Amino acid sequence: MSGATGTYLGMPPFPRAAKDAVRDATLRANLRHATHTIRDKRAAAVAELPDWPELRAAGAAIKDRTLRHLDHYLVQLEERVTAAGGVVHWAADAAEANRIVTALVKETGEREVIKVKSMATQEIGLNEALAKAGIRANETDLAELIVQLGDDLPSHILVPAIHRNRGEIRDIFARNMARWGRAAPETLTDAPAELAEAARLHLREKFLRAKVGISGANFMVAETGTLVVVESEGNGRMCLTLPETLISVVGIEKVVPSWQDLEVFLQTLPRSSTAERMNPYTSMWTGTTDGDGPRVFHLVLLDNGRTDTLADEVGRQALRCIRCSACLNVCPVYERAGGHAYGSAYPGPIGAILTPQLRGTAGELDASLPYASSLCGACYEVCPVAIDIPEVLVHLRERVVQGGPVTVRGTRTRIRPAKGHAAERAALRAATWALDRPGAMRAGQRLAGRSRRLLPRRSLPGPGRAWTASRDLPAVPAEPFRDWWQRRTRGEDGR
Amino acid sequence: MRVALFLTCVNDTLYPATGRAVVTLLERLGVEVDFPVEQSCCGQPQFNTGYRHASEPLVRRYARAFEGYDHIVVPSGSCAAMVRDNYPRIGRKAAAEGRGGELAGLAESVVPRTVELTEFLVDVLGVTDVGAYYPHRVTYHPTCHGLRMLGLGERPRRLLEAVRGLELVELPGAQECCGFGGTFAVKNAAVSAAMGADKARAVMATGASAVCTVDNSCQMHIGGTLSRLGSTVRPVHIAEILASTEEVPFR
Repeated sequence: MSGATGTYLGMPPFPRAAKDAVRDATLRANLRHATHTIRDKRAAAVAELPDWPELRAAGAAIKDRTLRHLDHYLVQLEERVTAAGGVVHWAADAAEANRIVTALVKETGEREVIKVKSMATQEIGLNEALAKAGIRANETDLAELIVQLGDDLPSHILVPAIHRNRGEIRDIFARNMARWGRAAPETLTDAPAELAEAARLHLREKFLRAKVGISGANFMVAETGTLVVVESEGNGRMCLTLPETLISVVGIEKVVPSWQDLEVFLQTLPRSSTAERMNPYTSMWTGTTDGDGPRVFHLVLLDNGRTDTLADEVGRQALRCIRCSACLNVCPVYERAGGHAYGSAYPGPIGAILTPQLRGTAGELDASLPYASSLCGACYEVCPVAIDIPEVLVHLRERVVQGGPVTVRGTRTRIRPAKGHAAERAALRAATWALDRPGAMRAGQRLAGRSRRLLPRRSLPGPGRAWTASRDLPAVPAEPFRDWWQRRTRGEDGR
Repeated sequence: MRVALFLTCVNDTLYPATGRAVVTLLERLGVEVDFPVEQSCCGQPQFNTGYRHASEPLVRRYARAFEGYDHIVVPSGSCAAMVRDNYPRIGRKAAAEGRGGELAGLAESVVPRTVELTEFLVDVLGVTDVGAYYPHRVTYHPTCHGLRMLGLGERPRRLLEAVRGLELVELPGAQECCGFGGTFAVKNAAVSAAMGADKARAVMATGASAVCTVDNSCQMHIGGTLSRLGSTVRPVHIAEILASTEEVPFR
C-alpha cells in the first residue's frame, strides 16, 4: 500500500470523462439520490432565515473588502499567530508547501500523521508528497477515510465519497481496513450504524497513537490570530487537540479581519453545506496554550495561484468561496458527470472556475472546465457569498478562445488563444458576419426553407452529429418570419 | 401603444409561428407592433462560447435597429437576459480595453427598454387574462435565464392560469435545467442529452399534451428529445397559447 490516494494528473478533458460517467448507472443513481437529498434540505434550512439575502450580501462584502486589503490582514495574522506561540510559513506554490510540511513532520521523527479533512492539502497533493518521504497520512473524516481505503479520489468538497453507496462502502471497509490498522468486524453489514462504528473503532487507534496532526482551516481571524475549523464528526476536534504537533495548511483567502465577521459565515456555511443550523463541532485555536492541546503549532499560508487570481477583476470573486459545496449539490452537470470528471480537488461549478484560475488554462482538461456548464445559474442562486459563477465561466471561456491578459506568478502577461478551437472560431465569426448582414442572413434562411425537405432531422453529418445523436431537429419552416412580415406589410399597404 | 418586436434569430428562422402569435396577441390587446427588419441576433452564442469580440457588431446592430422605441418586446427569456445582463458587461469590458465608452453607451440605451414578453404583458400592459382559449393539458417548464437572470417569477404561470380551457399540471423538478445551454448542447453532448432525457421523461410523466416555455431554443432541445423518445407531447411557446382563442385557435 503506497499510502497515497490516486492523482488527478493526466485526466482527459471534461466532455470525455463526463461521457463515461453518464453511462455509469450506479454512479448516476448514487449522485442523484445524494445531491437531491442535500439540495432539498439546504433549501429548507436557508428558508428559515428571513435575512438570508442580507447575510449573503454581507458575506460577499466582507470577503471582497478583506481580499482588497489581503496584504494587510495576512501580515496582521502572522503577527498575532507568532505572538501566540505559533510559527508562520509562507508557501508560494504546492511544491513549496509540501516541502515545508514534509520537513516539519520529519523534524518530529514521526512516520505517521492524522489529518482533518482539508481541501488545501488535497489541492497540493500533500498525502502523496508525504508518502514519497515515507510518511503515512491517515485521513480521519469518514468520507475521506472511505476514499483513502478505496484507493480512490474525492469527488465532492463536503462529501468526498458521495459517488459511493453503502454497499460499496461496506466492501471497501471489509476488504481494506485491516491493511491500514484495525480490521472491520467480520459480520459487517451495510447498515449505517455498523459502518460508522467500524470507522470509529478503526480511527480511535489512530487518534490515540498520533503525535502529529495536519489540518486546514475554514477561517483565520486576523485580529487575534485564531484559526477556525467547522465539522460534523468530531474527528477534527481529536486531530486538533490530541497530537503534540499541529500543522495547518491554509489558503491565504481564508483570512477574515475580525471575530464579528464570523457571525455571518457561521450562519451561512453550515446551512449551505450540511443544511444544519449549526455544525456540531466548531474548533478555534490561537497559537499554543500551556497544558492544553498541541505544544507546537505551525501555520503554512498557501498562495498556489491565489494572488494571480486576485489580480483578475472578474475572476477574483472565486476567492470568496467558503467551500460549502451548495453549488455542486444543485448543479445538473455535476449530478450527471460526477466529481472526478473535473480533474481536481475542486469539482462542480466552483471547481470549473477555480481550477482554471489556480492552474491556468494551458492544459486540455483545464481549458475544458469553463465549458462544463449549461449556464443555468442554479449555482449562483445558492452561493452564500454570491459568486456569479456563470459570469466567471464565460469570462474564462473568453480567456480560452480569445486569449488575453492574465497574471502568472505575479507578472502581467497576455496568453494566446488555446489550440483546437479554429473551426469553432471560424464558424462563430462567420455567423457574426452573416448575422450582421440581414441580406446574407435572409439568403441563408431562404436556402434552408427551399431545401427543407432534403434536410435530415435525425442524422446530421460532421459536428452536427453531436446534436442528432440524442435529439431530432425541428422542421424548417417554408418561410422565415421576416418574409411573412414583409408580405403582410405589403398587403396592408395595398401594394 | 407602439412597440418593437425583437423576435430573435432562432424564432425568425425556425419558429415563425411564434412570431406570428406574438403579433396576433399584441394586436388583439391593442398594441401596434413593428418588426424592424435590420434586427438579427443578440449575439448570445458568440458571447457565451467565449467570443465576446465577435458579439460586439451584433450589440451595435441591436441598438441601431431598435433606436427610438420605448419597448422592445422579446419572446425569449434567454435573449432578453443576454441584452439586459451581458450587454453592459460587453460595454464595460470594451471600455476597460481602452476602446472607449461607445458600446457601454449603447448597452445603457437598450437595457431599460428591453422586456421579455410575459414581463411586457404583466408589468407594462397590466394584464394576466389576455382572453385566450386553449383546451389542453399543459405543463410549464421555467427556462433558466428567464427564471434566474430575468426573475420572471410567477408571470408566465399567472398568464397560463387565466387561459380558458387550459389545465396546468405541475412539472416535477421544473426548475432544473433542460440541458440545452447553447453550444453546451454539442460541446458536452453526453451530459446535455442526459439532462434532456430526464427533463423529457418528467414532462411525459405529467400526462400533459403540451410543454410550454418562454424560450424556443430550449424547446428545440426538449422537443427534439421528446420526439426522439417517441413522445407525442408538443413543445409550444407561451405566445402561441396566449394568441389562441375560441374563434381562432392557434395551429
